Amino acid sequence: MTTRRELLAGAGLAALAAQLPVVALAQAKDSVTIAQTLEPPTLDPTSGAAQAIREVTLQNIFEGLVKMDRTGKLQPCLAESWTIADDNVTYSFKLRQGARFHDDTPFTAEQVKFSFERAVAPDSTNAQRQLFAPIAEIATPDPATVVIKLKQPTANFLYGLSWGDAVIVAPASAANNKTSPVGTGPFKFLRWNRGDRLELARFDGYWGEKPALARAIFRFMSDPQAQVAALRAGDVDAHTNLAAPEAVPQLKADARLKVTIGRTEGETVLATNNAKPPFDNLKVRQAIAHALDRKTIALGVYGFDVDLIGSHFSPLHPAYVDLTNTYPYDPAKAKALLAEAGFPNGFNCTLKLPPPSYARRLGEIVAALLAQIGINAAIEPLEFPQWLERVFRNKDYDLSIIAHTEPLDIDIYARDGYYFQYKDPAFKELIAKIAVTLPEAERNALYKQAQEKLARDAVNGFLFILPKITVANAALEGMWTDWPLPVTPLAELRWR
Amino acid sequence: MIAYVLRRLLALVLTLLAAALVIFVVLEVLPGDPAAVTLGLNAAPEALAALRTEMGLDKPAALRFVLWLGGLVTGDLGLSYTYRVPVLQLIAERMAVTLPLSLMAIALATAIGIPLGMLAASRHGRLADAGVMAFAQAGLAIPNFWFGLLLVLVFAVGLGWLPAGGFPGWQAGFGTALKSLLMPALALALPQAAIIARVTRSSMLDTLQEDFVRTARAKGLSEGTTMRRHALRNALIPVVTILGLQFSVLIAGAIIIENVFALPGLGRLVFQAIAQHDLIVVKDLVMLFAGAAILINFAVELLYGLIDPRLRQA
Repeated sequence: MTTRRELLAGAGLAALAAQLPVVALAQAKDSVTIAQTLEPPTLDPTSGAAQAIREVTLQNIFEGLVKMDRTGKLQPCLAESWTIADDNVTYSFKLRQGARFHDDTPFTAEQVKFSFERAVAPDSTNAQRQLFAPIAEIATPDPATVVIKLKQPTANFLYGLSWGDAVIVAPASAANNKTSPVGTGPFKFLRWNRGDRLELARFDGYWGEKPALARAIFRFMSDPQAQVAALRAGDVDAHTNLAAPEAVPQLKADARLKVTIGRTEGETVLATNNAKPPFDNLKVRQAIAHALDRKTIALGVYGFDVDLIGSHFSPLHPAYVDLTNTYPYDPAKAKALLAEAGFPNGFNCTLKLPPPSYARRLGEIVAALLAQIGINAAIEPLEFPQWLERVFRNKDYDLSIIAHTEPLDIDIYARDGYYFQYKDPAFKELIAKIAVTLPEAERNALYKQAQEKLARDAVNGFLFILPKITVANAALEGMWTDWPLPVTPLAELRWR
Repeated sequence: MIAYVLRRLLALVLTLLAAALVIFVVLEVLPGDPAAVTLGLNAAPEALAALRTEMGLDKPAALRFVLWLGGLVTGDLGLSYTYRVPVLQLIAERMAVTLPLSLMAIALATAIGIPLGMLAASRHGRLADAGVMAFAQAGLAIPNFWFGLLLVLVFAVGLGWLPAGGFPGWQAGFGTALKSLLMPALALALPQAAIIARVTRSSMLDTLQEDFVRTARAKGLSEGTTMRRHALRNALIPVVTILGLQFSVLIAGAIIIENVFALPGLGRLVFQAIAQHDLIVVKDLVMLFAGAAILINFAVELLYGLIDPRLRQA
């Protein structure tokens, strides 16, 4: 123990000594090294669901017609402006002039048409092809205009266009984007050492404001200890979402670093098989809801406060309502509800857990809380492919724990055959109505109803929003605190 | 002799085939669809079907097995499901890290272990001997990932001399690349060095009892020269055998160390491929390891046959 303390003291001294030169060097620095936990499997955001692909490429290499800013608002991007006709189905986009791809292909309406038609083609592997399904026809009256006609009014059509799955690609380069991506973004692909790092360089032909940084390196490190060491050693300038929450106090104490705890769109839920007895009984689900002490759960997993949720909705969205008190923590009431449902002595069930560390840690705590009211959940850890096969596809489960990270995905509860097995015509109707309601105030009112319905029906155990733990060199400005969309726009970074 | 070689060769081919079949079948019955893993929770069924076709998963299993075997023979290991690049290229990239790492670890282990073993043998029963034995005990007991973390804490976080992890690639310069391999190699080498020190010590102690050593001493050679010139060469034979055996242990240890230091080596590739359900990479790599083991075994059997003619009848 003494050795360790001495070591840490030594580290502190070294840090002090390093302080001055670091500040002096920062003036000249025009590159950044950013670490993230997962490596993207490919670099084409239109052909895979891995979040890591979007984190690296979206708004850096590739751009869409619109983009989401750090507050979750839509901003113009490759479309300079747009109008929606009174029929609510005709969208006219005025395209950015002078934008070009990294291989010098000029950006025109032609590529927009190509990209969207490619996304819905029969052989398309676009993970979000439903975004483009409402499109009836795409017209290109001139190179700077795209007119998209939808089959029916679609409220979130524009919103979906800001996702990585809707970036604009060029016919000549699209096939190779998986390994050598060519986009219109402020940074172009330089080199990829698989398993370790990806290097990007500023694109000098960029249509927009010139980024402050000339070079950027994304480093991929999955081991939480390795992440902390790399940050403390100064090997990396920032980490987009640290996998070691227990290291937060230690990193916060380091004056060279800046730590922020932000929000993501990751609703973390105790997924419940609503079609399988006894979970098809509302009283049983309500009992579970009353047994989940969310505050303790979140603190146990993270050691600091995170945003608790009472329904499947992120507090980042303006339509969010706080429903955490629908079924407050009350083990006595939970037991009474179980008895009413015919289980005075509780019952046995399984809790299948996917690999992410939050799920494994949560599993232990949730099982302990359920045991307090007599529900004995046997924990079964699964690898992710097995989880997908057994829990997600075959619905062969009682309870599970996972974060749903797609933004605005409350509609999954209205899907046929989705693994929660929640079958409620009224909710389906509500979601269908939301999909075609364009005025924002009206739509948000409907979203509120939808949230309340899910909370009341205790479809799942709603726990908390996955936090985004950003750690950055104190002199680095512009890292996103929240993740309305999981991206790390390099053009917004600069050294102070 | 020719008949013997042919018989062994036939056995070799059959063993390889059997290994391939077992690997294929085992991975085939594993639950989980690689296409589903790639496309995630919200994927549309049409997109899934399209990706399955693209990956060749829609073909019957028997046909896929034959195609895979054909590919193995012609050196076409297929496309990685996740990375979408040829598996052969992936393996080559990773070899460029794992091979130098293992060689460095072996070199370090030898450079530390042999002199320590010799020192202990020459000071048999004295303080230095006890010290070396204590070091060896500790080296075997300390898990190498923990030692790796300790090294990082001292040399990367504390002193800032070495990078905490990662591999900049050989194109970043030989010295830079070597620097990032130093700590992981040392972490890997520690338990190896401990084993080598112990084997060297006991082998040296045995050799020092031999007549030729007594003769050398009688000739009036100094103790040091006796040890280096006469005893060491003979004492090294068991050490070399151990070194050979340890090479495969080293590769296995590299899986853990490569993860601690975020090194893009073969070990980490296996680890990632399993997690991401990149079954084609897992299949190819397991076949590669199995094939290497079978070939080494084959070579050993041939050598036995050469040494002992009686075995050729078997």
